[in-house]
Amino acid sequence: MSIASTQKKGFGAILWDYLTTVDHKKIGNMYLACGAFFFILGGIEALIIRIQLIKPENDFISAGLYNEMITMHGTTMIFFAAMPMLLGFMNAIMPLQIGARDVAFPFLNSLGFWLFFLGGILMNLSWFLGGAPDAGWTAYAPLSTQSPGHGMDFYVMGLQLSGAGTLMGGINFLVTIVTMRGPGMTYMRMPLFSWTTFIASILILFAFPAFTVALFLLQFDRMFGSAFFDIALGGNSIIWQHLFWIFGHPEVYILILPAFGIFSEIFATFSKKRLFGYTSMVFATFLIAFLGFMVWAHHMFTVGLGPVANSIFAVGTMAIAVPTGIKIFNWLATMWGGNIRMSASMLWALGFIPSFTIGGMTGVMLGASTADFQYHDTYFVIAHFHYVIVGGVVFGILAGLQYWWPKMFGKVLHEGMGKIAFWLFFIGFHLTFFIQHFLGLMGMPRRYWVFLENQGLDTGNLISTIGAFFMAAGSIVFVINIIYTHTKAEKATNDPWGSGRTLEWAISSPAPEYNFKQLPLVRGLDPYWIEKMDGNDKMTPAEPVNDIHMPNGSILPLVITIGFFIASLGFIYQVDNKAWLIVLFTGMVIAIGSMLIRSLKDDHGHHIHKEDLEKEAD
Amino acid sequence: MSQDFSLNPEIQDPAKATHEGKNKYIGLWFFLGGETVLFASLFATYLSLRNSTAGGPSSQDLFGLELVFVMTILLLTSSLTSVYAIYHMKNHDFKKMQLWFGITALLGLGFLGFEIYEFTHYITDYGFTFRSSAFGSAFYTLVGFHGGHVVFGLSWLIALMVRNAKRGLSLYNAPKYNTFAIYWHFIDVVWVFIFTVVYLMGMVS
Amino acid sequence: MSHWMGKLKTLLLLSFTAIVLSACGKENLTALDPKGYGAEKSMDIMILSIVVMTAVFIIVAIIFTIAIIRFREKKGKEDYIPKQVEGNHTLEIVWTGIPIILVFVLAIPTVISIFDLADTADAESSITVEVTGNQYWWHFDYKGEEIQTSQDLYIPVGEKVYLDIQSSDVIHSFWVPTISGKMDANPENVNTMFIEAYEEGVYWGKCAELCGPSHSLMDFKVVAVSQDEFDQWVEDMKSANPEEAPQDAVATEGQELFEANNCMACHAIGSSPVAVGPNLTNYANRTTVAGILEPTKENLVDWIVDPESIKPGNKMTGNYPEISKDEAEKIAEYLMQLNHSDVTPESAGGIID
Repeated sequence: MSIASTQKKGFGAILWDYLTTVDHKKIGNMYLACGAFFFILGGIEALIIRIQLIKPENDFISAGLYNEMITMHGTTMIFFAAMPMLLGFMNAIMPLQIGARDVAFPFLNSLGFWLFFLGGILMNLSWFLGGAPDAGWTAYAPLSTQSPGHGMDFYVMGLQLSGAGTLMGGINFLVTIVTMRGPGMTYMRMPLFSWTTFIASILILFAFPAFTVALFLLQFDRMFGSAFFDIALGGNSIIWQHLFWIFGHPEVYILILPAFGIFSEIFATFSKKRLFGYTSMVFATFLIAFLGFMVWAHHMFTVGLGPVANSIFAVGTMAIAVPTGIKIFNWLATMWGGNIRMSASMLWALGFIPSFTIGGMTGVMLGASTADFQYHDTYFVIAHFHYVIVGGVVFGILAGLQYWWPKMFGKVLHEGMGKIAFWLFFIGFHLTFFIQHFLGLMGMPRRYWVFLENQGLDTGNLISTIGAFFMAAGSIVFVINIIYTHTKAEKATNDPWGSGRTLEWAISSPAPEYNFKQLPLVRGLDPYWIEKMDGNDKMTPAEPVNDIHMPNGSILPLVITIGFFIASLGFIYQVDNKAWLIVLFTGMVIAIGSMLIRSLKDDHGHHIHKEDLEKEAD
Repeated sequence: MSQDFSLNPEIQDPAKATHEGKNKYIGLWFFLGGETVLFASLFATYLSLRNSTAGGPSSQDLFGLELVFVMTILLLTSSLTSVYAIYHMKNHDFKKMQLWFGITALLGLGFLGFEIYEFTHYITDYGFTFRSSAFGSAFYTLVGFHGGHVVFGLSWLIALMVRNAKRGLSLYNAPKYNTFAIYWHFIDVVWVFIFTVVYLMGMVS
Repeated sequence: MSHWMGKLKTLLLLSFTAIVLSACGKENLTALDPKGYGAEKSMDIMILSIVVMTAVFIIVAIIFTIAIIRFREKKGKEDYIPKQVEGNHTLEIVWTGIPIILVFVLAIPTVISIFDLADTADAESSITVEVTGNQYWWHFDYKGEEIQTSQDLYIPVGEKVYLDIQSSDVIHSFWVPTISGKMDANPENVNTMFIEAYEEGVYWGKCAELCGPSHSLMDFKVVAVSQDEFDQWVEDMKSANPEEAPQDAVATEGQELFEANNCMACHAIGSSPVAVGPNLTNYANRTTVAGILEPTKENLVDWIVDPESIKPGNKMTGNYPEISKDEAEKIAEYLMQLNHSDVTPESAGGIID
């Protein structure tokens, strides 16, 4: 039992603990919980979209509301659901996997979380304050600069806040992996999930600033009368598209690479076999990340960039198939000759292979620019990116939840219910999206509020909507499973799957506050597996029991974020009334003042003493 | 019990002697990687809009080399003085470090003063504002972002110097000074690019 | 049990057939049954890429299936520890090398067709139409001919027609799936592409870039007629006399109302380079009202009285005096008589229902 859980606390104390925590595991849990909240929100928006499209010329919701729905669905799912949940895993698991007691910048970690969360809340406030953003999640100018009301202003400020938070998270993970790997944990002994965390963080670092600039330009145009996208004053709306996709394409790899990492862990664990071609997996990941920066204009084949640019970006895009193929075959080879256990998380991983392969295939097809003239901005594209983002990322997140739940929360999710959730979701997913490939080619562009009668699109849309309800049912079963597990299930052992390979399975479930009483000595890839094969039931310590230095909790990250949140409202509403500038400055004073306090007040952290540690079991 | 942050003569580089110091050092380099992309995006935007004057003043009408040259000298020199400051930090000579950082701050303030003068000059004498044309928006955004970085850097430095004036150098604050110095060099490098891309190229073409 | 299983099978079979039958979509709208140069080129690359990719998918599927059947945990052997294989160089070279070859197989024809479709060598000697996307309608201006139309683009069959595409407001995208892929209409530059229809027909066109609430209602048509009919149409349109008096009293009243309500401020009848609203010269021959409704008088009346209920966010709403249903009927009568050519969508076979 850890120190924290031995003491019973009141609700207020627990709340205060979470508001001030700098513990990477608690922050990870908060990322997951808030990401799940936004996932449900985005899911409801998806269902509303599908209900609107259940039959031709439906009037379930109005055209304006429909555009708000699609914009919020896309933005919420990408920025506030998928990415935070992956950041949650990175926080909760990566330090355990590399044998670290903490992350490099615990304070920054907390600040990053709060920025993400309040950014998401800010953007969703727009529903209640005159209408949500409605120019699509891609927010192409000049539609986004001309969009009336404050919807797009909330888009800009919400994403600016959460983007800053994500950037902090990325830098934090990079430094953590560079400086805080445990004794013997060389780079090439890192589990693949930690590797993908590292590479995704590099992508975050180099991709997000481009988006930050794009958002600033949009913000300046909308709020301060600049002319970046104002054609009459010499502006150019294509700049937005370039900046957006220079960020936007790496963004999809920021999502998918950690999911690849999760699957790599699961395939190895449940095949009871070492990951096949570990080195080539690492290099393939690097290659995907590198190429990911070279192909942004394949989102812009119809913009009129000319045949030379289109050819270069077409070939570059196709090239990504090579490292992705390497990964698929390595996973297959990992299973080959293994002893495969069909656990619920393994089911998600197995479902991922065909789903993602289809998504990858259509990706290559989209890369062929001549054919893309037909696919572009149709339901074919919708189908493609849901195959990679749902079939890859969401499957990965749900697999990861099933897999790491015991390590994060100390209880094993019910396997049977997990499998039911998988099958419902898997069937629903293919039902929803497979048909959309055809809908697109049959002449249905994306972001269509209605499709007309008698255009041969009715059956496909109906099937797609039915599928969406299956996915919803799968998600509900997953949630029920979580509730059920926490009322019933018994406490999980250290290594509940019995075939855990990496360091996190060597410590108690959930991990103690300080992760490792003594830092373990890593002797190779899959260190815990190595020890088990040598007949040891735990890791060999690399140090004697000593005092452990821990960072102090702080409320300042939340206060800083609240400051920026208030300032954002000031930015948004000063367009209507200059009195709001007071709000803007008040917010800034709170934020910068708190940053100054943080900077000037010494914070040396505290220690958990040797004597207390020795009382604890391992 | 608290960690021991006091200096001892054996420490070569007080900025990187502690684990936290190393983290800050590496973290800052990563951060500057992101900053590079930020400025690259701003430069790209500027380059594609620098001829979009919408009938307003163009770069040839506006820019004068003398002023910008003085600004460049000021900022380059301030980078040099921060190197001296770090040199003294490595010799554990707190007073000299503070002195050289003080000079750095003064030069930075001088640069900022000239920049404010430059902007007001364009606005009052040419009516060239943030809103006049896409070129105007791009110019003030790019140069303004750099100026904003200078403001942030100066506030950071002054806060550090005031806070630690009476406490002297320790392993706790040395990394803070050091990361500031690297950040300051970065700002300087960005200015060199602005000088070339915005001013020199703007005067020729 | 086998009873309902049988029923289920029949049901599945039926629905499967239905899907396959409808899989190609509606004629003259679907991209899967190309009847034009661009659409055909796109189709070639689609087929090539589908063949290559399906081959890859089948290989993955076979290995995958064998692996999960053969290597699944067996009863009593749950604790069996398989050999821990690090990797295999030969295999890894194979599954890196083959995809590289496949990428080349796909990339070369793709690049060739990209340049083929971007070819503007014939632009000088061909018909050029300036296409302008507007919220939420399309304007067509025949370069050098003093002919403007809206919503229905007439082209000769079997001829390359060059389109200079631009937008007057936000970004739109010009897409006629059955004859060509799409090209964006940007506000800051002109994009040129050509289309060539192989068969006469009325082809559906769609806006493919989100442009506001009525993005999904921004349909248009391409009417491909024979060369002779096209020449005739050009003649008719050039000689169309906008001053021509309507045939009956109701329409004459309608014309007066049209003028009295200042509809001309936006809508030209006859040749006019400026187009704030759609050009109405040949209105009687329109395939649709407002791009989406059947071309009936009732629909036109509904549109004139309350366009907002038909196309949310359109620019006509609120920019003209309130018009009663009665007045609208007269205006509609007048517009429905604006018939300046015998070459109509029917000449191309009409809309396929």
